[in-house]
Amino acid sequence: MKKFVLAALTVGLSTSTAFAATDITWWHGMGGNNQAVINEISKRFNESQDTCNLTPVSKGTYEEALASGIAAFRSGEQPNILQVFDAGAATIMNAKGAAIAAEDLINNAGYDFNREDFIEGVRYFYADSDGKFVGMPFNSSAPIMYINTEAFEKAGVEPPKTWEEFEQIAPALKDAGYTPLVQSQLTWEMTENFFSRNNLQFATNNNGYDSVDGTEILVNTPEHVMMYDKLKDWYDNGYFGYYGAGWSDNQKPFEEDKVALWVGSSGSFGGLQKSAQMPFSATFLPYWEAIEGAGTNSFIGGAALFALSGKDDAQNQCTADFFQFLTSPEIQYFWHQSTGYVPVTTAAYELAKEDGWYEKQPVAEVGIKQLSLPGGEWSKGYRMGFYPQIREVMEREYNKIFAGETSVEDAMNTIQKEGNALLGRFAKTASN
Amino acid sequence: MQAVQSSFYLEDPFGFSATFVGFDNYIDALTSDYYLHVAKFTLIFTILVTFFSLALGLLLAAKADDVIRGSSSYKTLLISVYAIAPPVAGLIGMMFFDQHIGPFVKMAAWFGWDMKVGINYFDTAFAMITVAVWKQIPYNFIFILSGLQSIPVSVREAAAIDNRSRFGRFWTVTLPLLAPTAFFLLIINMTYSLFDTFGIIDVIVKDKAANNPITLVYKVYMDGFRGNDIGGSAAQSVILMLIVLVLTFFQFRFIERRVHYN
Repeated sequence: MKKFVLAALTVGLSTSTAFAATDITWWHGMGGNNQAVINEISKRFNESQDTCNLTPVSKGTYEEALASGIAAFRSGEQPNILQVFDAGAATIMNAKGAAIAAEDLINNAGYDFNREDFIEGVRYFYADSDGKFVGMPFNSSAPIMYINTEAFEKAGVEPPKTWEEFEQIAPALKDAGYTPLVQSQLTWEMTENFFSRNNLQFATNNNGYDSVDGTEILVNTPEHVMMYDKLKDWYDNGYFGYYGAGWSDNQKPFEEDKVALWVGSSGSFGGLQKSAQMPFSATFLPYWEAIEGAGTNSFIGGAALFALSGKDDAQNQCTADFFQFLTSPEIQYFWHQSTGYVPVTTAAYELAKEDGWYEKQPVAEVGIKQLSLPGGEWSKGYRMGFYPQIREVMEREYNKIFAGETSVEDAMNTIQKEGNALLGRFAKTASN
Repeated sequence: MQAVQSSFYLEDPFGFSATFVGFDNYIDALTSDYYLHVAKFTLIFTILVTFFSLALGLLLAAKADDVIRGSSSYKTLLISVYAIAPPVAGLIGMMFFDQHIGPFVKMAAWFGWDMKVGINYFDTAFAMITVAVWKQIPYNFIFILSGLQSIPVSVREAAAIDNRSRFGRFWTVTLPLLAPTAFFLLIINMTYSLFDTFGIIDVIVKDKAANNPITLVYKVYMDGFRGNDIGGSAAQSVILMLIVLVLTFFQFRFIERRVHYN
């Protein structure tokens, strides 16, 4: 035991004396390949300079990272950088003083922050209503539709751009022996991005951006109800397969060549290359032709990095340095190539194009193309407090729809009611 | 204690502000349809898991007690399941019930049961209870077996002379002598069903409860750790604590009276 303590001490001392660098930590919610890439990026950052030393720590899932970040913040042990996922963005952004806006941090560190450097689709989601970047967009993804090319050859039809087109070809795909459509996360793909792709309002108060007071969710609107009526109808006719709220349960039949179309994440593409048993391509998430003004870009999924407050200037300087490093075209391109997440800056996108990456991997470009589509009034983002809990209510009610335990109309009314109760509760916590 | 205090406040997740709201958090929880629905499932779940894991543990122990040859390998086989951690048990159980590859699902299909664990409420509840019972049987088995073996041979022989029916002997002699063990196990099994099944539930619902059955403990976790609603989840955990207190009190007051220690 004594020996162990001594050894630990020596190691501790030697590392702290070897670099008189400022230590900063980064908590994130990624595992597997993505975690390995994060470690590699951190290593490159540490090697690129000698004033800062960054340590990345995986806290499990997105939810766990947010929960541990919050718990640590409350006890004053917060990391410098916390990764917060899309649905949790409102939680941290409404807690005024929890995070230093990325834009301020970078400007204070003596860099020049330019919002226009970022691609259209990522500019607003983690920004406040004035457009100031609060979170630093990091791993951004879009829900895209993967195509089993063989299924389409067999059925002799073309992949759909709109849901109307899907309805026309679904019987042919079914006759060819495939389940025409599956998806992996109804909340993200068929609700949140239903609103963005069809340019429809998702919540009052400018999608929740303007204020937390009186923000109400708008899920029982006729268009959104129609989307789920259709999904249920397709499900009953065997045009849509649904295997519960779990992501991979729905992905598996596609990998096994039983399904023609799968709505997944642009970030799924790396893994899918290894697991899919057939050739595949991808296209944009469909929208409804019948809805006026539809076809806009989608919200960015994934997560952003937040610089937590309560740290000294030297550490904040290092955090800013790291954000600069992270958004450099080379690192963005490396991240894009090795994970499938989209590059967040135009310069990185250009670099990937010049390098011929998309000629080799056309699927890799679908996500960023979808995010770069012209934006609409309602496709910038949404901001709702306790949104992770609202998602849980949606998951519950959507499952009930497909289990035949409730009607679409009733489900939406329940989500509306419970969602608004949660929003009201959140407004009370935030406005005090 | 912190939980009791937090339960009277409405707090923002990062702890910048806390407003005293009295019993609002409790009222919110107890008047929510979903909370009551979860409470109802927790009750049914606890009763079924406690009953089946005790009954099957007792059956196996009584049979193992009779076995003379090869008894140790038989016992080891049964007990080994206890060494599995709950999430791993959940994972193994989940593989049996997987929608795409699960052997149980295929078996159920022969009987015309289209099992959809993860979508169908009843099917998921069935899988959850089966795995939870399976995980707990070995524990009960060990205790009941040692309880059986501590019954003196002389008593058994005397009983054998008095009563020829094996079942009759078991009912009138063995079972009352087992009562202290059984009472202890009853409490342990109830707390197991209420709290320790968390890992199993988490794996079976795959982190997304959706419309699947969950217990009160899982709801506390969802609201507190996933939803970051500290006041609400603190109130729920206080309610849960009270339930356990009341349960334990009743058990000691009414059931233990009928238990005779030597």
